[in-house]
Amino acid sequence: MSLDFDSAQLPNPNLTDLHHAWREQLRRFIDVEIMPYADDWDEAGEIPIGLWPKAAEVGLLGLSYPEVYGGTPGDVWLGQITAEELGRVGAGGINASLMVHNIGLPPIINWGSQTMKDEIAPPILRGEAWISLGITEPGGGSDVANLQTTAVRDGDDYVVNGSKTYITGGMRANWVSTAVRTGGEGAGGVSMLLIPTDAEGFSRTPLNRKQGWWASDTATLYFDNVRVPATQLIGEENQGFRVIMTNFNSERMGMAIHMEAAARVCMEEAVSWARERKTFGKRLGDHQVIRHKIAMMKQKINATQAYIRVCNESIERGEPNPADIALLKVQASEVMEFCAREAMQVLGGLGFMRGSRTERIYREVRVNAIGGGSEEIMRDLASRQYGL
Amino acid sequence: MKALVAVKRVVDYNVKVRAKADGSDVELNNVKMAINPFCEIAVEEAVRLKEAGTVSEVVVVSVGEKSSQEQIRTALALGADRGIHVEVEGRPEPLEIAKLLKGVVDKEQPQLVILGKQSIDGDNNQTGQMLGALANMGQGTFASEIKVDGDSLQVIREVDGGLQTLKLTLPAIVTTDLRLNEPRYASLPNIMKAKKKPLEVTNPAELGVEVKSHVTQLGVAPPPERAAGIKVEDVAQLVDKLKNEAKVIS
Ligand SMILES: Cc1cc2nc3c(=O)[nH]c(=O)nc-3n(C[C@H](O)[C@H](O)[C@H](O)COP(=O)(O)OP(=O)(O)OC[C@H]3O[C@@H](n4cnc5c(N)ncnc54)[C@H](O)[C@@H]3O)c2cc1C
Ligand SMILES: Cc1cc2nc3c(=O)[nH]c(=O)nc-3n(C[C@H](O)[C@H](O)[C@H](O)COP(=O)(O)OP(=O)(O)OC[C@H]3O[C@@H](n4cnc5c(N)ncnc54)[C@H](O)[C@@H]3O)c2cc1C
Repeated sequence: MSLDFDSAQLPNPNLTDLHHAWREQLRRFIDVEIMPYADDWDEAGEIPIGLWPKAAEVGLLGLSYPEVYGGTPGDVWLGQITAEELGRVGAGGINASLMVHNIGLPPIINWGSQTMKDEIAPPILRGEAWISLGITEPGGGSDVANLQTTAVRDGDDYVVNGSKTYITGGMRANWVSTAVRTGGEGAGGVSMLLIPTDAEGFSRTPLNRKQGWWASDTATLYFDNVRVPATQLIGEENQGFRVIMTNFNSERMGMAIHMEAAARVCMEEAVSWARERKTFGKRLGDHQVIRHKIAMMKQKINATQAYIRVCNESIERGEPNPADIALLKVQASEVMEFCAREAMQVLGGLGFMRGSRTERIYREVRVNAIGGGSEEIMRDLASRQYGL
Repeated sequence: MKALVAVKRVVDYNVKVRAKADGSDVELNNVKMAINPFCEIAVEEAVRLKEAGTVSEVVVVSVGEKSSQEQIRTALALGADRGIHVEVEGRPEPLEIAKLLKGVVDKEQPQLVILGKQSIDGDNNQTGQMLGALANMGQGTFASEIKVDGDSLQVIREVDGGLQTLKLTLPAIVTTDLRLNEPRYASLPNIMKAKKKPLEVTNPAELGVEVKSHVTQLGVAPPPERAAGIKVEDVAQLVDKLKNEAKVIS
């Protein structure tokens, strides 16, 4: 046992040779195509456009999409392995941008018209076009039912006015799956609309001074009398809330798995430093205070892995439990936060210097604890679902 | 034209190999295994020849324990068409592997046989050459470039003095060097398709080979640990130490 990324993973009897083979090939891909450049891309604030087609080629972009659009349907374990291996890079911004279609595209696949799917899914899965998900507004993100961007029917079109912010991939996107208000107040007046970013009246500005996720592009989008044909509706009018909700389980699972992997990276770096660094005549790892930090990291990581497995088994059986998944996301962000803090502490002054994965992961804790449903909102949702 | 590629299951090259505590062998328990990197280059070359239309079928063969089927599946995911597993217990010597491969060559009648120049477990660098002799085929070892031209094969090989170009008559044996190509990654769809490709299992008896062993491994020990370095005071001391302690100059 060496407490590195792999040996710190609990056994999972659901994994077959197929899953191990995918992990092996994906890791090779990441170690050659991503890992050596992760620092540079993060500092540069973007990933090269050529990475998407390469990721498509190896099957990364198409995982879990239907074959007709160029995808590869797969089970939850393939998805878990993918999120873990991308998490191992320790640069969440690369993952956020590269894989942003996994939040933007599912609404189209699950609820969109056939024409829409045929037009946009294949180029996105080839890595030649980009889609984002636009829910959050400057006025609020947690309270989705209260969103203010309007789409007013005018003949065969909707006329959209308003803005969206913190939109991942927003600067590059060719389309945005956008939540708009087509009806009255509350959740019942929300629709999802596929808006092309070359439409007249659409504009965007980058939000490029972020705490973390530097490699990921984040944007504010503005809609000024943007005309969108009514055929661009995703699902039915005023049924948008359902469309948004169906996205959440898989987004939260993906984030939770990513966070567990990030926590494991922090532990791996802390352990390797604790073995090497000597203070007061002993290795750091021989001071009880430090040993306990590492044991606590492993304890919390173990619990998170087991929890992930239980949720994934439920999903695989077709019985996902949204409350359990919401709380899993909280579990994972708390463990990521704990491990990032403790690993930074073990690294001492070195941790404060840029260049380690731990230092970067430390700056990625908040976006994970807030984005995709904040800890507070997750707890609230779970307690309602549990019938409190 | 049919190509036969041999692949071997070995400890993954990223793993730091350790001796067992009792010194009887290297530790293989819970150690990550993979295709020998030179064999992977061999698979890649055959698949490229197939993509170029030169080769019509790529058959991959592995001699080893049941678990070797994982490496055959990987080769199938990289683009090989079907697999043959010659199931044997333990770790047969190069000559025995070469005899078993000869049995497969007799059955399959490939025009081209590609192997790695050596496998990173035993580093023997023998199997390809022995197979060449047993099968009575010409051999181009340590290939850094190969070109099929009608019924002959041009092989550029890496030798100490530079590059040597050979012309071989097919059927022939090629063993791969590091610079022959850069193997691709198997994509997820291809990993899934590989599950459905045929994999035939055979054994030494069916191939008419009796596996013997001529070498006994007495022990395995890690290389001695390097002692910490020192700083020398001046050039005179350095020369003195090189002469009298290290005895590397006189
Ligand atoms: C880098 C980044 C990328 C993002 N990418 C996307 C994207 O691609 N698409 C997209 O649509 N959005 C995206 N988001 C937005 C994200 O989903 C929101 O930030 C999140 O939903 C929280 O919304 P908010 O920031 O408006 O905070 P608010 O909703 O204003 O909440 C502020 C704080 O108050 C708490 N709070 C709010 N309501 C309650 C309540 N009822 N009870 C208790 N506490 C409450 C919250 O938990 C939070 O801590 C991204 C955000 C970031 C930082
Ligand atoms: C931005 C910055 C500015 C700085 N400026 C200065 C400066 O101007 N002048 C200067 O002299 N220094 C400066 N420092 C250095 C700073 O004082 C040291 O980083 C600090 O003393 C910790 O030492 P270290 O980094 O070597 O960590 P280590 O001493 O290697 O400690 C690593 C970790 O192990 C823990 N640890 C160590 N020993 C034990 C033990 N016996 N039991 C339990 N836990 C233990 C520590 O608490 C820490 O968490 C600066 C550091 C930074 C990051």
